[in-house]
Amino acid sequence: MPPLAQRNLMHDKVRLAVTLTGIVFAVVLIVVEMGLFLGFTVTTSSIIDKSKVDLWIVSKHTPYIEQGAAFSERKLYQVLATPGVATAEKYIVRFAQWKTPNGAEQSVQVVGFNPYTKIGGPWNVVQGDVEDLKTPDAVMIDQLYANKLGVKNVGEIFEINGRRARVVGFTKGIRAFTTTPYVFTTFKNAQAFGRLEEDQTLFILVKAAPGTDLKKLQQDLQSRLRDVDVLTTSKFSAMTRFYWMFTTGAGVAVLIAALLGLVVGVVVVAQTIYATTMDHIREYGTLKAMGAPNSYIYRVIIIQAGIAAVVGYALAMFVSFFVVRASQSGGAAIYLPLPMAIGIFFLTVLMCTTAAVVSINKVTSLDPAMVFRG
Amino acid sequence: MIPAISVRDVTKVFIEGPNQVPVLHGVDFEVEQGEVVLLMGPSGSGKTTLLSIMGCILRATTGSVKVAGREVANLDERELPAVRLKNIGFIFQGFNLFPTLTVGENVELALDLKGIRGAKAKGESRRLLEQVGLAAKYNSFPSDLSGGQKQRVAIARALSGSPGVILADEPTAALDSHSGRNVMEMMRELAQTHGRGVVVVTHDSRVLEFGDRIVSMEDGRIAEALAEDAA
Repeated sequence: MPPLAQRNLMHDKVRLAVTLTGIVFAVVLIVVEMGLFLGFTVTTSSIIDKSKVDLWIVSKHTPYIEQGAAFSERKLYQVLATPGVATAEKYIVRFAQWKTPNGAEQSVQVVGFNPYTKIGGPWNVVQGDVEDLKTPDAVMIDQLYANKLGVKNVGEIFEINGRRARVVGFTKGIRAFTTTPYVFTTFKNAQAFGRLEEDQTLFILVKAAPGTDLKKLQQDLQSRLRDVDVLTTSKFSAMTRFYWMFTTGAGVAVLIAALLGLVVGVVVVAQTIYATTMDHIREYGTLKAMGAPNSYIYRVIIIQAGIAAVVGYALAMFVSFFVVRASQSGGAAIYLPLPMAIGIFFLTVLMCTTAAVVSINKVTSLDPAMVFRG
Repeated sequence: MIPAISVRDVTKVFIEGPNQVPVLHGVDFEVEQGEVVLLMGPSGSGKTTLLSIMGCILRATTGSVKVAGREVANLDERELPAVRLKNIGFIFQGFNLFPTLTVGENVELALDLKGIRGAKAKGESRRLLEQVGLAAKYNSFPSDLSGGQKQRVAIARALSGSPGVILADEPTAALDSHSGRNVMEMMRELAQTHGRGVVVVTHDSRVLEFGDRIVSMEDGRIAEALAEDAA
């Protein structure tokens, strides 16, 4: 086919610019909203997902990680005695109050883990070392929240729930969905910061021995332990994500915004492709008069929409790259993994071809006899 | 010899809201192969409607329409485009070229519709443009051509796929007398050397000498059919 679609599209540069702007706006909006949704989702369960254990033992009916309730740490010995368990660690994630030297208070989530095994410990450590946490009162925070917590340098002293805390290092990119910063420390410190009894824990993290049937181990532990739930890491992660994204409505709001982006895109592209079609309506009439089947003309319109989609998508991804990069230093990260970028490409093509339907309807009802009218 | 087009007792009634508007009243008309017929008459006499019915763009309300011997009056709306594509070439008063395509691409588009593509389409496009004396304008855009040249491109496009019938609607109306003569000479040559039936709807008295027959219409009827010597 001669390049009729391409030429028609390029013919009016202003209209093409409007079309592409509409697509770019819609796609960037979709990227931002879906990327935020994904970012939020990943953030809500990052502590669980990064723990690299197989099972989480939580108090009965714990709906998500922030709702962990204390239970006796003696259960740890029952867990360790269960065949198939390679290792198990007590673990704490608990809200506490951080106090800066000038007296300001800020909520934090104290994460207590065993610095010797490092199970459930921080990742992306950019200053200091996890080993440093073995020293008394040592804590590690993320660079993102340093200002919020009034921390300028390693070695500074603060208070958590009235107890001394000394910053020994920084991580990078460990966000908290609730914007309440994570403070990594030893299990013992966390017990103290979180005002837990000395024999209490909030979670037990379990690594299965190689070759162990995880489902069977989960059932064995569940039958041995009273008043707790034994959950796979993926299950507990999903429960936490579901709670924050859907029970609170936060995720739904973001998804609705993404949907709005899609609707805006369809409307803008439909309007401009329709205007382009109307500009060339006499040519389509001529094609019909010459004997072109409707499918031939549909192809011209769909190719126009497709080109607009591909070019618009490419421009939108260029813009999104900078938006995503800028978000990395902010409180809410926008994620754009390759599968999502590919998915949005197909969504863009779908958006543009759907927008072409209005034009296709117009051409379908076009009377070829129009070519004989003045 | 089978007529290029044969129209028998054709009526056409348009429905406009609650009203029925009869436009053609039992028209009989025939175009032989190799013949140029000039269809004349005042505005509203039904010339364009008859041309549209012969071109399988409109369907007759009653009567018989045969294109190259094939009855088309009873064909479904969806079957008519294929008949047009195979048998009929159109030339329009306003040229109706595609302004965003080059001259060559305009002809290639018509060939593409007929399934002729790639190098074969380019070769055929060049050949047709040579035939109308515009091979040198292959890569020009229609906006760079004069009216007469545009109409010659339209003729080349109408000839793509060698249809047996050429239907032209006021092909000289937008042209000066010299260009108009050139176009009509070309039409005549098309009919005579290739055995095509050519119907030209016209108000232009300057082209009378190019018709083998002149058919006059009035109030939806054939008013007068005159034999005419071609120059």
